[in-house]
Amino acid sequence: MKVILLFVVLTPLIGFLINGIFGKWTKPIAGVIAATALGISFILGLFPIISVLKGHIVEYTYFTWLPFKGVTVPFGLRVDYVSAVMLFVVTFVSWMIHIYSNGYMKGDRGYARYFAYLNLFVTAMLILILGNNYLLMFVGWEGVGLASYLLIGFWYEKDTAADAGEKAFVVNRIGDAGFIIGVLFLIHYFGSVTYTDVFPRAEEVLGFGSTAATIIGLALFLGAVGKSAQFPLYIWLTDAMEGPTPVSSLIHAATMVTAGVYMVARSNAIFSLTPVAQEVVASVGAFTAFYAATMALTHKDIKRILAYSTLSQLGYMFIGVGVGAYWTGMFHLMTHAFFKGLLFLGAGAVMHSMRGLLSIDLMGNLKKYMPQTAILMVIASLAISGIPPFAGFFSKDAILASALEMGHPFIWIVGEITAFMTAFYMFRFVFSVFYGEEKVEGLYHDLHTHEAPPVMTIPMWVLGLLSIVGGWVGLHIGGHIPFEWFVTHTAPTTEVAHEAHYSEVLLMGISVTMGLAGIFTAWAIYIKKIITAEKIASMFKPIYTLLANTYYVDEFVYCCIVKPFWWVSTNFLWKIVDVIMIDKGMVDGAGWIAGRVGKGLRLLQTGFVNNYAYWISLGIIVLSGWYLVKII
Amino acid sequence: MLTQYMIVSALLIAIGATGVMIRRNFMIVLMSLEVMINGAGLLLIAMSYYIGNVSGQVMFLFVAAVAASETAVGLAIAVMMYKKKKSVDINDFSILRK
Repeated sequence: MKVILLFVVLTPLIGFLINGIFGKWTKPIAGVIAATALGISFILGLFPIISVLKGHIVEYTYFTWLPFKGVTVPFGLRVDYVSAVMLFVVTFVSWMIHIYSNGYMKGDRGYARYFAYLNLFVTAMLILILGNNYLLMFVGWEGVGLASYLLIGFWYEKDTAADAGEKAFVVNRIGDAGFIIGVLFLIHYFGSVTYTDVFPRAEEVLGFGSTAATIIGLALFLGAVGKSAQFPLYIWLTDAMEGPTPVSSLIHAATMVTAGVYMVARSNAIFSLTPVAQEVVASVGAFTAFYAATMALTHKDIKRILAYSTLSQLGYMFIGVGVGAYWTGMFHLMTHAFFKGLLFLGAGAVMHSMRGLLSIDLMGNLKKYMPQTAILMVIASLAISGIPPFAGFFSKDAILASALEMGHPFIWIVGEITAFMTAFYMFRFVFSVFYGEEKVEGLYHDLHTHEAPPVMTIPMWVLGLLSIVGGWVGLHIGGHIPFEWFVTHTAPTTEVAHEAHYSEVLLMGISVTMGLAGIFTAWAIYIKKIITAEKIASMFKPIYTLLANTYYVDEFVYCCIVKPFWWVSTNFLWKIVDVIMIDKGMVDGAGWIAGRVGKGLRLLQTGFVNNYAYWISLGIIVLSGWYLVKII
Repeated sequence: MLTQYMIVSALLIAIGATGVMIRRNFMIVLMSLEVMINGAGLLLIAMSYYIGNVSGQVMFLFVAAVAASETAVGLAIAVMMYKKKKSVDINDFSILRK
């Protein structure tokens, strides 16, 4: 088991090395190598998962990684009730995306490079989830940051792609700073970063409601905000659409953005101690869920709609972990990985056959040309809209119900409104792309629009199946919810003093009504055309413009952060510090001083023997005088 | 007694050093160097006698030997220089500066 667990992480790494080093020769089979590596990793990963299901936590230390005086950091891997869920989701969904990529990236110049990066991405993510201490998690944390930078900027000849990669990297650094501060505090208080050292002692060392716990919680959450793209550090995620679509799928569904949720759920022992930080987590989550959903309402770019919906769904996950029901966050993370992975793969299939066209204004009635994709997208959209019995219903409902039960009625209301908007914008997407009439005459004929090849549709079907049944582990069975029971082994639900009981059936009814109402509204506007979208847009013109421009946040950041930074950089850092102080002062100055000294010393080199004799004698006299003074 | 030896020795070294510093004739410079060496040698021998240890005397034998070979080399250089410049003025021998 020890070796198996190690190879879960090593196999994708080996795939990365093969395609990364020998990419020139492995190019024709790079995709097969990468997908095989992931497949092996998934199968090997099943062994520890099964062992956890049987009730044994799997943890091995391979070697001492950083031995310090006081703090020793081991290189150990741990699969417990939280990371088992992640291990399954990450390896399985990534595997599907790898297979799909074989079809999607066909003929790309950087075929081998792409798969090398993809494997690197999964390796980093596996280190992140399986590491048994915070520092190892940080290694993975930075690893996915690097891999996302490489993948988002994959088509680096395009300026927008290169810029987007940079933006993702820089914005993530802000969050990482918070994460590092949190870890440093942990080292300060616990003298260790290993989970088994920190969590059992958390209450005893930090104390309930202490400032220390709050600071650690908030610092760690800042890291999660960056990685999971919550407000206000979400700005990188929509630009990340510049990467190849399977990458968006990987980042949005299975890997990077879920890291923050996982980390908060993993650190539940610390977050449970600090109501303040929990409140912040839940509020930021609720706000992001709502805020991102409003932006998704007006966008026309199919990938951006999905990107905003990811932000929104991540907001839900943070509500879950924020109110203290950690398992609901993990649950939504899992179901979301299935249907969001599918949505992006579907969007990729559409783009693939539409030769990269993205605007929903150009599409319509695509179901005639791509029937399989159409069905799958409807399934995924029903799942994300929270319609039973699809996966998203169970997890979203669990989050909202626990928000209410933990005494956050306002967050519940926001969540329900967001659920309505989610259903609306998803079906706006589905109806305007796959149904209705063709908007541009002859477009599909010219583009030879066709169904994606089986190598792409099969992974989509697998995810589609999981989007249907994936939520059933959240069903009540004999008074227990299997998923809750499983995850709460290590991530317990916070006990609440004022436990309020609401009728579950009523809550579910409200949620479903919200979803159906959203779908109905979309149907009324985009299929029935009772009132056209343009008319609504002109009716609420100021709001529409605000939303269509995504609240001018990018402009705001540009004006208030980028521009002043640029100004300081050019006028102070460049023109004063670099040119005057460093170039002229230090570099040229050093040369100037050496030159001057040399000029002075040259006067001594007369070439006349008498002169030399004179200087030598003078030296002797001075030295012996000095010596004399010393002995007297 | 030692004081007188030391004074003489210091005088010899000072005279020699002055000669090296102010004279321009290469031969005179070499002779001044000899005077300085003798000054140092005198001090070595006087000290050796005063302390009652022969090592100073032995050292001077070495110094004398080295001085002799040095003079031989110096004279050879002087001859070569003279052949080139038809002069023994050391200020004409500043070609290494260039």
